[in-house]
Amino acid sequence: MMRSLWIAKTGMEAQQTQLDNISNNLANVATNGYKRSHAVFEDLIYQNMRQSGANSTEQTVLPTGLQVGLGVRPVATARIYTQGNLQQTSNNLDLAIKGDGFFQIQMPDGTTAYTRDGSFQLDANGQMVTSNGYTVLPGITIPANAQSLTIGNDGTVSVTLPGQPTPQSVGQLQLAHFVNPAGLDPKGQNLFTETASSGTPNTGAPNNNGMGALQQGFVETSNVNVVEELVQMIQTQRAYELNSKAVQTSDQMLQKLAQI
Amino acid sequence: MDRMIYLSMAGAKAAMQRQDVLSHNLANVTTNGFRAELQAFRAVPVRGDGASTRAYALETTLGYNDAQGPLTPTGRNLDVAMQGRAWLAVQANDGTEAYTRAGSLDVNAEGLLVMRNGMQVLGDGGPINVPPNSEVAIGSDGTVSAKLPNQKPTPVGRLKLVTPEAANQLTRGDDGLFRAADGDLPADPAARLQDGALEGSNVSPVETMVAMIAAGRQFEQQMKLLQIAQTQGQQSAKLLGST
Repeated sequence: MMRSLWIAKTGMEAQQTQLDNISNNLANVATNGYKRSHAVFEDLIYQNMRQSGANSTEQTVLPTGLQVGLGVRPVATARIYTQGNLQQTSNNLDLAIKGDGFFQIQMPDGTTAYTRDGSFQLDANGQMVTSNGYTVLPGITIPANAQSLTIGNDGTVSVTLPGQPTPQSVGQLQLAHFVNPAGLDPKGQNLFTETASSGTPNTGAPNNNGMGALQQGFVETSNVNVVEELVQMIQTQRAYELNSKAVQTSDQMLQKLAQI
Repeated sequence: MDRMIYLSMAGAKAAMQRQDVLSHNLANVTTNGFRAELQAFRAVPVRGDGASTRAYALETTLGYNDAQGPLTPTGRNLDVAMQGRAWLAVQANDGTEAYTRAGSLDVNAEGLLVMRNGMQVLGDGGPINVPPNSEVAIGSDGTVSAKLPNQKPTPVGRLKLVTPEAANQLTRGDDGLFRAADGDLPADPAARLQDGALEGSNVSPVETMVAMIAAGRQFEQQMKLLQIAQTQGQQSAKLLGST
């Protein structure tokens, strides 16, 4: 009936999507390895109701036309892969990546997922697993009688065994790197999976060939900036309000029309 | 009387269309790089026999507001904000060269620089390819350099920035992208951009809200005129009927 009602509705919906994203970021402010995301908007198509430059008479042309845009839509939720802060935990199975790369995780269905959350544990067999119990790839088993565990910044895992003065290497962790990490598909549980737009992973040892270095005894915290989120929230709320005002004005116009 | 109601109808229709344009501007108050649509009423006099007293109102959109929008620092190395009146060239989905101010770039799986919605960004010599595993930086003149680990940064191309002449503004297409009226514009070596920042929408919420109130009131006045026309019609019918 009235275009502006629906146009303002797209504006309100867009701001709601933004607020959903902000809420999700704030909810994950203390999630290890969480990367913040924001909705990106673009204007919808335009309707040319009167083309500028069209002939008004045989000799004259219209100097200006009438072009009405049809609102806004969220085009992407862009995830921002900046480095989070490193927080010391002194737990020797906690790992943080300084720089690019993801840990590779074996999912129960055999596929590989990727994560920045390096708070690992050992399972009953001494294997390195995530907090959800999924195996870290390549599988690394720590002997039950290991006295100490050291993980170097190149991912080498070494243990000292009782009665042996020299540490023994039990494996090396590998990281995966993507051309376009923003294209990864977030799966929850701090995991991401590969998509057509992320590209195929390049795997390699940490601290080599563009991969980030590992830091034992630290975890990477969420990269959510609380101040930024709150400012965004204010802006989102006000923009929502403005669009609701547009709905109200359109409604009043229709009301006047119905009264005559 | 018949003339009066059609004049008011045209006025009300124009006010409603203005409300559409204003709603679109408000809906895009947080869209990066959005340019506000300008609007104006145009009088169309009706010429004919007798005194030409009638002028219909038509709503028109004049083009876009060329003012710089607010810059928001994002710290992301693939976000660029064009300075002054410069525009970034992209390849639209129909294959033509189009221009935008929304400089939020990405690298796709093939290593090409693209916009958020997947359109290719154009460099001076076509699309820009970045080697995998590299760290991309964009200089103030649009030079894209990629740094591979343990190597010096090497330039891989330059974003095509154009500056349309003041007299020859770009036109907005149906897809929201801007195009030059006659052919593609040449790259402007003097155009500058700011990396690590995005340009917001240049819609002024104050102006738009005030314009919206004005449009609402104007619509109301037209409704009032229609009511007056109706009462006058009734009155004259009564007078004529009673004699």
